[in-house]
Amino acid sequence: MITYIPAIAQPPHVLSSVVDRVQRRTRLGKHGWAVLGVAFGVVLLLDLVRRLLSGDLTVALLVGYLWNGLTYGLVIGLAGVGLSLTYDLLEFANFAHGDYITVSAFVGWGAAYLIAGFGRFDPGSLFFLGVGGTLYPGDVGVSVTTAPVAILGGLVVAAAAGAVVAVTLDRVVYRSMRGMDAISLLIASIGVAFVLRYLTIYVFTQQAFGLTVSAWTYGVALPGGTVNVSAPTLLLVASSLAAMAGVHLLLTRTKLGKAMRAMAANRSLARVTGIPSERVILATWLIGGALAGLAGFMIALLQGTITYQIGWTLLLLVFAGVIMGGIGSVYGAIVGGVLIGLITRVSLVWIPASFTEAMGFLIMILILLTRPQGLFGGETA
Amino acid sequence: MSDDATAGGPVEARLPAWAADYWANDLVKIGATLAAVYAVYLVIGALLGYDLSGQLNSLRRLTFLIVLYSIAALVVNLHWGYSGLFNIGVVGFMATGVYTTTMLSRPLQGQNPTGTLPGLGLPFPVAVVGGVLAAAAVGYVAALPSLRLRDDYFAIVTLAFAEIIRITVKASELQEFTVFGVTLGTGGGRGIRTYPNPVDEFFAGPGQPVVEAVSALGVDGSLVAGWAFVLVLVVLLAGVYLLITRLAESPFGRVLKAIRDDEQATLGLAKDTASFKIRAFIVGCAVLGLLGIVWQGSQGYVSPSLFIPQLTFFIWIAVIVGGAGSNTGSIVGTILFVGVVYLGPDYLRRLVEEYVSLSGSVPTFPGAVGALAGGDPQGVLLYTLDQTSTLRVVLTGVFLVWLLRTNPDGLFGDRREIASSIDLEDRVERRRARGDADGQEGGGSE
Repeated sequence: MITYIPAIAQPPHVLSSVVDRVQRRTRLGKHGWAVLGVAFGVVLLLDLVRRLLSGDLTVALLVGYLWNGLTYGLVIGLAGVGLSLTYDLLEFANFAHGDYITVSAFVGWGAAYLIAGFGRFDPGSLFFLGVGGTLYPGDVGVSVTTAPVAILGGLVVAAAAGAVVAVTLDRVVYRSMRGMDAISLLIASIGVAFVLRYLTIYVFTQQAFGLTVSAWTYGVALPGGTVNVSAPTLLLVASSLAAMAGVHLLLTRTKLGKAMRAMAANRSLARVTGIPSERVILATWLIGGALAGLAGFMIALLQGTITYQIGWTLLLLVFAGVIMGGIGSVYGAIVGGVLIGLITRVSLVWIPASFTEAMGFLIMILILLTRPQGLFGGETA
Repeated sequence: MSDDATAGGPVEARLPAWAADYWANDLVKIGATLAAVYAVYLVIGALLGYDLSGQLNSLRRLTFLIVLYSIAALVVNLHWGYSGLFNIGVVGFMATGVYTTTMLSRPLQGQNPTGTLPGLGLPFPVAVVGGVLAAAAVGYVAALPSLRLRDDYFAIVTLAFAEIIRITVKASELQEFTVFGVTLGTGGGRGIRTYPNPVDEFFAGPGQPVVEAVSALGVDGSLVAGWAFVLVLVVLLAGVYLLITRLAESPFGRVLKAIRDDEQATLGLAKDTASFKIRAFIVGCAVLGLLGIVWQGSQGYVSPSLFIPQLTFFIWIAVIVGGAGSNTGSIVGTILFVGVVYLGPDYLRRLVEEYVSLSGSVPTFPGAVGALAGGDPQGVLLYTLDQTSTLRVVLTGVFLVWLLRTNPDGLFGDRREIASSIDLEDRVERRRARGDADGQEGGGSE
């Protein structure tokens, strides 16, 4: 059934779609839309200044939004690197990526609890986060400042778990489907996503787990209030930046990174020159999975809670960031993720909190319509 | 029937000649599959010791789900199998339909029972039309920009649309609001009471004697309304089936199939492919809206948690089991999906509970693993039985991946509904059979 549709991308000039027609009729052209977008941005910016001046919005509130957006966006960007790389290399959208995040976050936090509560509580209850009410976060008392070893250990375990999950699933599911078209792989990845998500429910039920006790926070006094910078957010920013620097060095300084970039740019040419494609794909899953694991552990740390939906709710925003940055671009994924984080949080100035995620999706749809190659022109890796 | 069956499918090959003749008829295929599933469920019911009412209710539930999933599968087949539109936001359109109808039909402020949300107070049929139109309109908005996108981007956009709709109906800001002096609302995360089911109302009012007559026979009277509603749904399914097969056979449908096979060639024949795709998408979305109205709406209460992606996932499985591109395949696939994958695990659980004596309960996974480590496998079984509805999804996912790897075309995927009205491949085949030596390869309708 799936073989019916030729999996070729439609050249833009062939599909004279309705949008094109609207563009023609409104005499706006490609630049016109850009102008319109910029104008809209300027209006929003002016409104922001007006709100700041009139006191509707305090500086502290705005800075708080920006800080939250940055931390949230770093997580999205971290998770997006793996998605973007595999999307580009294997040419399919991996809908299971969100559930890699979930599974590794649970494993990482289980490990963190084990380390923090070792000897004090039953290891079974610890590793399963006290499912069924056998243990509460207050009992174990994990936070960045009270149990830094546990948090760092959990972080490492989460990254390892993400890598293991990604590589295992590639071996079991995707490897034998390499030659298939993008949609078959996409459907398979949806199947994998549901398997992972509901296995998580099987083990952890649908319960939401509180994870941490309150950590040290530093209040920055600003006009109109204080902005709280907490230890978890500082750790998040530091470790995200470290991970991103590591990926940058890997891509630019190592042979493997060079091979990955070559594969992403032109797969056939790369293979002709003797690059072992399967090994590069394996490395890509490893890195992408590990970063997804990091992101999962971080987002749970940031929110202080974890549920089986934690990765799935993040997935569409991760897609938004990846598409915004241009599929296949590592730096684009990071920048796109941070932008999505900032947009969803700063949009709180204008829209109610219920709609912030919807805002991120809307931005993604707009990007797909106007610049499907991403904001930065779709340069790979 | 519409599908041009090519002889020698996976099932035909295993049947004796006389049975293969009958099997060639699509209605027989659907009927035989349904009969087989019914038979299995009757046996299971007997094993569980169900009385007549119990058996009838078990079959009613089975049929109810089969019919509703079939309608959804037909729409997905129209979108994907005929038009090549990869829609994984099915739930969003269903939610649009049922929520619009609910908000239009709920009584006006002041006339609403206390504790329920007011609405616009429109008559029910008007509200249904409104719901269908709203779903079509959202479909238009979703399709309008997305058609220039690649299949995988289109999938992401439809999913994003479904999530935006879910977020919107869940938003506390819209739980109850007032525009132009009229108060209405979506109910937010708490959900909203829908409209009364007209079939139920009929049997509670003028149809009461029928219920009493059936009750006198010793059958649970509430089954009458239930089965009557299922029959109404069967009529609806027949209507949708006719609509989609007629659409597929029409010149409009031929263009759709041509787009699916080769969009650029179709464009080269001066067909406005974007317009055709949009129209096909809208028709499907309108049917999905109606489906939401009769499905979720008929339960008396809807909440955003009903419209999670799991439902879309299940609908897609049904289509993939049957093989996209074939309406008959979609329905047969749905019967098998509902009978085996969807309801199967639950009945299996009941059978196990009936015949294996188990005692106690294990509420958590670590508890179950701990018991296993202590040499007691019963704990894992108890816990697993508790979690059948969760494991069902896991099994479905495994099944999907297995299906994609071993049999990606589904049961009826070997069928090809060709775009042209004359089967050119058939001619080539016939000529070959006559022994013409020029051995032309089949036409390009792949």
